[in-house]
Amino acid sequence: MTASFKLGGLELRSRLIVGSGKYKSFEENRKALDASGAEMTTVAVRRVDLSARGAGSLLEWIPPDRFHILPNTAGCTTAKEAVTTAQLARELLDTPLVKLEVIGDPRTLFPDTTATLEAARILVADGFTVLPYITDDPVACMRLEEIGCAAVMPLGAPIGSGLGIRNPANIRIILESVSCPVIVDAGVGTASDAAIAMELGCTAVLMSTGIAAAKDPVKMAHAMKLAVEAGRAAYEAGRMPRRLHAQASSPETGLADLS
Amino acid sequence: MLNGESHSTPTPLSVLELLQNFELAKRRVAVAINAEVVPRSRFAEVFIRDGDRIEVIQAVGGGA
Repeated sequence: MTASFKLGGLELRSRLIVGSGKYKSFEENRKALDASGAEMTTVAVRRVDLSARGAGSLLEWIPPDRFHILPNTAGCTTAKEAVTTAQLARELLDTPLVKLEVIGDPRTLFPDTTATLEAARILVADGFTVLPYITDDPVACMRLEEIGCAAVMPLGAPIGSGLGIRNPANIRIILESVSCPVIVDAGVGTASDAAIAMELGCTAVLMSTGIAAAKDPVKMAHAMKLAVEAGRAAYEAGRMPRRLHAQASSPETGLADLS
Repeated sequence: MLNGESHSTPTPLSVLELLQNFELAKRRVAVAINAEVVPRSRFAEVFIRDGDRIEVIQAVGGGA
């Protein structure tokens, strides 16, 4: 068993946080969530479709009394929009949690660092548990921690790209630079990407497309659960030093003379 | 304006009555009027005025 961790006022055992977008159905989403072992899942907030009365809702499949629901501010491009979206989500879900996301560029979906810092200040002052999506910039992460964010969530690669952890050196510097939880958010494409993030010492990994866009999302959710657990256990175990040359692992004396 | 569409309603109409008209009163929704959040506890006492921009939102699938 690996150690649990604290996020705001919550204690979580699973170090995998998953999204709820891009699934074929609510049912598939719930099955993948169960297979992932995640205790926390992100949701977006969007307009109710007024012409689709009686349509099913996500929260019937992912009940808030069973999972920690982490609303995001995805799609917001200004601090003001993100703050109001977080406040709406708090009314909707009775949670102080918010995954703060302020997008600075529609093509790359990279965050607007200035607007993210501005929104984080307002939301922390308003009592939110702020989990900001940010670039893998150690200084931006330090500023977000100073503001009072409950964690920092640097991207491994662009959202939905599945490119893995593109700059492990920066993730390591971030881990040295802040004392709050560091959650890699975005970029994980397959199990080894998640394991690498955890082996670096990240607190947790947040992913969505890596599971939902797999051919078999439920099986990939299970793979991600194993990868996160394995990567964390390897980090806690402490890996052997790297060597350039071989070092025999069998005794080098007492060999039988078989010449 | 309700979720970006023009609607005409009898006045005065509370937020709660508006939601009831759309069969949304028992659903888990949140409301903003003119980009200001209306607390759920005040749905019965906040009234809609002509020209208000009303947003009714819910939780949907969303990613990382």
